[in-house]
Amino acid sequence: MEKNYYVCTGCGMLCDDIEVESEKNIVNKVYTACRVGVAHMKEGKESAAFRIDNKPVDEATAISEAAAILKNAKNPLIFGLGTSTNETQKLAIELAKKASATLDDTSSFCLGRVVEALLHNRFKVCTLDDVRNKADVTIFWGADPSDSHPRHLSKHSYFPRGTEKQRGWEEERTAIAIDVRKSHTAKICGNHFFQIPPGGDAEFIDALIAALAGKLPKTSYNFPPKRILELANILKGAKFGVVFVGLGLIYSLENIEPLVRLMDALNGKANFHLIPMVGHYNMRGFNETLFEETGYVNSVKFEDGTVKHGPEYSIVESLKAKTVDAALIIGSDPLSSLPRSVSKNLLEIPVISMDPCETLTSRNAKVYINTAISGVESGGSATRMDGVKVNFKPVVETTRLSDEAVLKKIMEAL
Amino acid sequence: MTNAMELYQMLPKTNCKKCGKTSCMAFAVALMARELTAEDCPPLKEESKYKESYEKISGLFKQSEGATETGLIVHEDLCFGCGNCVVACPPNVANDPYGVGSGNAPTNVNKLVLVIEDGIVKAQNLGECRRFGKNKILCNGCIVTCPVEAIEFV
Repeated sequence: MEKNYYVCTGCGMLCDDIEVESEKNIVNKVYTACRVGVAHMKEGKESAAFRIDNKPVDEATAISEAAAILKNAKNPLIFGLGTSTNETQKLAIELAKKASATLDDTSSFCLGRVVEALLHNRFKVCTLDDVRNKADVTIFWGADPSDSHPRHLSKHSYFPRGTEKQRGWEEERTAIAIDVRKSHTAKICGNHFFQIPPGGDAEFIDALIAALAGKLPKTSYNFPPKRILELANILKGAKFGVVFVGLGLIYSLENIEPLVRLMDALNGKANFHLIPMVGHYNMRGFNETLFEETGYVNSVKFEDGTVKHGPEYSIVESLKAKTVDAALIIGSDPLSSLPRSVSKNLLEIPVISMDPCETLTSRNAKVYINTAISGVESGGSATRMDGVKVNFKPVVETTRLSDEAVLKKIMEAL
Repeated sequence: MTNAMELYQMLPKTNCKKCGKTSCMAFAVALMARELTAEDCPPLKEESKYKESYEKISGLFKQSEGATETGLIVHEDLCFGCGNCVVACPPNVANDPYGVGSGNAPTNVNKLVLVIEDGIVKAQNLGECRRFGKNKILCNGCIVTCPVEAIEFV
């Protein structure tokens, strides 16, 4: 019997083996998905809502108000899109060109730097399916997939039997966690957990490179050299190694050069690949789409047919410098996720919020458009954390517009 | 979990045989094997000087009331459905190597011991569990792979 599987868009893993029981457009039971996925799948229930200044309005009024805000703004900011489909992201880029907008997504203060380097071919990469079938050594650095991507270890990176790893995790795989705290993932890694102080990642990388070259590894926080040498020995023996780079590592490094050096050193001795632990389900998709279009992964400004790029066009810097005079926020909640000193500047400009959920940003927005949850109520395609394109169809039907449809209507109104 | 000796220390130790066993030690062993409960020892239940011990022993076994035949308990409030146990469970792998054994959705849930339903692990078909039956062994595949200690055997 051929089963009907859905794709879960709860996180960057895009699990494609989810079974759902639904009745009258309400999801009753979800099989195989983790708790994050179940909550995500069961979220859709409200009917469409459009609000201006927190008062309910009809669809046409909300769209025309949103278009008017973008039209009147000299330099609007378009932000978010980590939880939108590839098609929506393409539309948003078109809209940004039309409105001469600054365009950015969460990757500018997240894993953008790593994805950019990936797209410039600075790292050797592989897919999660390769990891399942071949990987014998996996490193979780500054990442805790047990909590952020619950099925990561069981679906790809540690527990499953793969085509070339038939004997499973007990005999053929080694999982290593390098983190500042004993996370749930670190617990599973057991003795292969290396606890480093916050900010100590760059030094640990240098020590590890030294150990790989057979020198005595030294750190200012006196990490036992014997343990680093042990780690280096495991890594040297890897036939197919993978480094999963999490936010913990990226936030601790000033630039990604140490990581590039480490990957080069590892590849000098063994065979190592890198996969970023992308959180939002389609952040990597946004980076790739924008990269194809402009050559940059985030923080761009469209002006008279040209593209400008730089940190000053990221959401944090542009809000700090108050260079933007309106904002269209799609599927993101910067008022909650950014520091208050930065995000409070959002309160001074008209904000259009498009989100399936009510958030702090949507409550303080001038215009709020309640959109369908992509992956649950609307379909499309997205890019998984390892760069694989995944197509998905909606699980249930809804009266809510998808963010793609809303963007189309705003474009027409412009 | 406790052992029979610890249970014995809490019993009256009079060997009164009112429970039907030959000695208090035998009663402790029967308690441990879940053949009898603290209720079956009349002095322990009725005499006030054993009240504390009675409550303690009852409390010890309370948590295992919801346990399955193999003694497996799932703490549903802790489990977040990562599926590590489902993929690592040896009978699961043997019965569905290309489904759960390879990290995918189950191809046939009827023969699996552990499945994820609504984001929480559910134990079923315990006849397949390696802790059950004539050749049982103390397999701990689902316990050591759980990051939050949501599975326990009593």
